[in-house]
Amino acid sequence: MKNNHNNGKAKKFGMVIDLDKCTGCGSCMVACMSENNVPFKADETDKRLSITWMLVYKLNNGKSHPDYDECYLPRPCMQCEGDHGHSPCVSVCPAVATDYSHETGIVSQIYTRCFGCRYCMAACPYHARYFNWWDPAWPADMEKYLSPNVSPRMRGIVEKCGFCFHRYQLAMDKAYYEGRDELEEGEYQTSCTQACPAGAIVFGDLNNPKHAVHKIALPDSKHGGRPKNPNAFRLLERLGTNPKVYYLSSRKWVRDSGDNYRPDEK
Amino acid sequence: MKIDRRSFLALSIGSTAGIHLTPLPWKLMDDMSIWTQNWPWTPVPQDGAASYVNSVCGLCTAGCGIRVRKIENRAVKIEGLPGHPVNDGRICSLGLSGLQLLYGGTRVKTPLKRIGERGAGQWQKISWKQVIDEISKKLSEQRKSGNPQTLGAICNSDRGTTSHLLNRFLTVYGSPNFLRTPSVQSSYEIATTIMNGSSGTVGFDLENSDYILSFGSGLLDGWVSPVRMIRAHSIWKDKKARVVQIEPRLSHTAAKADQWIAIKPGTNAALALGIAHVIIKEKLYDKNFVEKYGFGFEEWKDEKGQTHKGFKQSVLENYTPANVAEITGIDVAAIISVAKDFAKSAKPVALCGSGDGGAPVNLNEMMAVHALNALKGAINNKGGLQIVPNPDYILWPESEMDKTASKGIQTERVDGAGGKKYAQARSLLNRLPEVINASSESPLQTLLVYNANPIYTMADSVAVKEAFSKIPLIVSFSPYMDETASYSDYILPNHTYLERYEDSATPYGSVQQLISLARPVVDPLFNTKQTGDVIISLAKAMGGHIAKAFPWKNYRACLEKTLGDKWKTLAEHGYIVAKKDKAPDTASAKFDFAAQAVNTDSKNDAVAPADFKPADLDGDVTAFPLVLIPYDTMRLASGFVGTPPFVIKTVGDYILKENDSCVDINPQTAAKLGLTEGNKVILTTPKNKASVRVHLSEGILPGLIALPRGLGHSAYDKFLAGKGVNFNALYAPMTDPVSGLDMTWGVRAKISKA
Repeated sequence: MKNNHNNGKAKKFGMVIDLDKCTGCGSCMVACMSENNVPFKADETDKRLSITWMLVYKLNNGKSHPDYDECYLPRPCMQCEGDHGHSPCVSVCPAVATDYSHETGIVSQIYTRCFGCRYCMAACPYHARYFNWWDPAWPADMEKYLSPNVSPRMRGIVEKCGFCFHRYQLAMDKAYYEGRDELEEGEYQTSCTQACPAGAIVFGDLNNPKHAVHKIALPDSKHGGRPKNPNAFRLLERLGTNPKVYYLSSRKWVRDSGDNYRPDEK
Repeated sequence: MKIDRRSFLALSIGSTAGIHLTPLPWKLMDDMSIWTQNWPWTPVPQDGAASYVNSVCGLCTAGCGIRVRKIENRAVKIEGLPGHPVNDGRICSLGLSGLQLLYGGTRVKTPLKRIGERGAGQWQKISWKQVIDEISKKLSEQRKSGNPQTLGAICNSDRGTTSHLLNRFLTVYGSPNFLRTPSVQSSYEIATTIMNGSSGTVGFDLENSDYILSFGSGLLDGWVSPVRMIRAHSIWKDKKARVVQIEPRLSHTAAKADQWIAIKPGTNAALALGIAHVIIKEKLYDKNFVEKYGFGFEEWKDEKGQTHKGFKQSVLENYTPANVAEITGIDVAAIISVAKDFAKSAKPVALCGSGDGGAPVNLNEMMAVHALNALKGAINNKGGLQIVPNPDYILWPESEMDKTASKGIQTERVDGAGGKKYAQARSLLNRLPEVINASSESPLQTLLVYNANPIYTMADSVAVKEAFSKIPLIVSFSPYMDETASYSDYILPNHTYLERYEDSATPYGSVQQLISLARPVVDPLFNTKQTGDVIISLAKAMGGHIAKAFPWKNYRACLEKTLGDKWKTLAEHGYIVAKKDKAPDTASAKFDFAAQAVNTDSKNDAVAPADFKPADLDGDVTAFPLVLIPYDTMRLASGFVGTPPFVIKTVGDYILKENDSCVDINPQTAAKLGLTEGNKVILTTPKNKASVRVHLSEGILPGLIALPRGLGHSAYDKFLAGKGVNFNALYAPMTDPVSGLDMTWGVRAKISKA
């Protein structure tokens, strides 16, 4: 179908997660599962085999009582830009099942192209990718709640968070229908952002200086989007993956746990 | 053409290279992955027109607004309702998983009658007509015996029309035994009755507080209104309000707090009084409030003219920071600094009720903490506790009573609530097993269970089951096959909250008076019936004055009539915020530091707000050297709704590993016992034993072990049943001598290698 719309300016959708506000309640994880037809099994306690596109980690400062402290860190797919779109997973996929979109900055995952070699899982430094070791099964009438906007996956393929890309498509369809090429900031939000009881997740276009994500993270476009906000950090910044998920914390030990340091550093 | 070695090699290398230059291998690979994925058993969700239905979540008493996305007639996603006063578009993990309950495998699909042994799971399908016929006949016979008070009902709330219908049925039948599941609200109600002289419930204006002193309240672990509390927490972060969390274990609330004070469990009341001591000594209290509303702060005389020490003097004499430090294990300096910070804040508030607020607090602690609020005038003031009048929109005409009913309703409640001993209590479900087990014939002959799962949620599961086995007829209205439904004689399945109309009144803890209307998101999937309709049918089948008390055609008619002119607005918007037309109850503005209601009689001095009485735990210290405390997490539902598969999936492997619950233990304690991370151990309490694993955590005081609530279900499906241990099975309740509520905060325990 041909239409006369262009897709507007290139976007870089990203997220800022305020770890001071995150309470580790797990709503984002369930919001993601229920939005994206994520399967579940009887035993989900082996976390290596548990498919959680969004996963809340519990970090601690490694100290003893009473100096012991904890922090909760939600981890979606980082949508790495890498070096000009060379995100770690995209570079290794032999099937072009995962690709970097320069239009949205989102790393796609096309399930029907994936043949399950799992190179991308090995390449991903964030453990954000999951493999379907079993065919998913929805007991009783649970198939009824499956959303038609996200295709259910099957045994033998890899899946991951795509910033609820179908929501972008739905929002764009609506915008086109109304004769617009651009979306308002609130029109496209991920499911986790929408659900988060703490309002700790902010989502928007990092390229757009009017968007909250840009204003909070202050990405430095000369340095792959490295945040200029002193309280903001990205996970494994030094790998050069240039993730589009930023974290905020007022606690130094939390910011420091975002990367690995040799003992003689710092 | 001659085929020599050279041309053969050239051809084969050439063709290999050639094929790889064409898209053929890539195309084949692509096709192959597509072919190998076209399995008939992989569902392809049907597309169709999308729509949204606004409603109210029914999975806890917080009453969050929800909007449900539908594709044709299927519900595909639950989201928070933007603009709703409780949750404004936000939603918790349990609320998000509602569709797994709706479409899940634990539904009761049709009325069932037990045919085998109780709890054996042998059922016979029965029609609605026949089941109402059978039960109404049994109830009529029971009533003819002249003891209508032997009918009882358990319900999670006394608000909303369905609960009112159930209560009305009991009343006209002649029974006062409407039993409500206890929670921290039961404790707050008793405290306000005693100290404020008001029957209203407590609302927490926490969004406006600037210093939150929480005595173990799991504000971020599901307390009272989970989503609202987490939203409030973000407001506190933005405006730099200070949160101090007092509890022996680093819960999520403690981890997010500005200060975590690890206190010896069971000594909160002493700390509250120590803080009061500093505030009074330094003259930092709100003199205006105390003088204007307070009674018993200074020396006072009772009716007989006997003089009593005032709150001030008792606290100054007995709760010096040094004494309190000794009791609570907290530094003197910390006690003083917290007291000063609290007193110097503009809008401080002190809260109690541990974990998710599902369990009551001992009255001693409740009164001491409530007194702190009074010292700072944080009662009926912005940022403090607000005494909210009970909802009053259900105005049905007084029902006509016959002789049997009038006589029955006068009998003392089976749980003793409102009686001589527990005059302030409205309901004491926790005492029911003890009362039944102490009598040869059960004082309840028929028990109706609505929105409750007492066999799972009540303390001492063995005693509860024994008590229930003595009740001849148990009727469950549960839409799910939970523990209590499995152990009943009839199941009259209700629609789930996504299939029915139902009003819900001001959620507990809310400062706003709110009425919300749940409406069917989808048509009922099975042969279920709204419990309101079932009660009306039962009443009609019983005939006489009972039928007359229920003049409505059906539940929907009753609801529309009850809500009157509000119905239209509710049907359109889903909720109404009642205007505050009345000034706050002036009677509740008084504050009785002496708690005369329970304390005029000098025998009862032990419960004065200015006293701390350590509770003795069951069991021998040498045999059970550790103390086991329960904890709550947002990722496990511990109430009458079982945790759905999505939520169980989010539970960390340090809480549940395979089918074992993990207990938190301090590495020091573990080292003494020779335990390392993940060891399987036997956990023994004076009441029971269980197999668990240990999880080493610096976030718990030495000498303690902590077990999460919400696991250890025997009912539901393979996604929940048989996972972990139920804390409720491990202890016997400790009855508070004055309120009559369960005041358990821990239980003695030991662990040994499995």
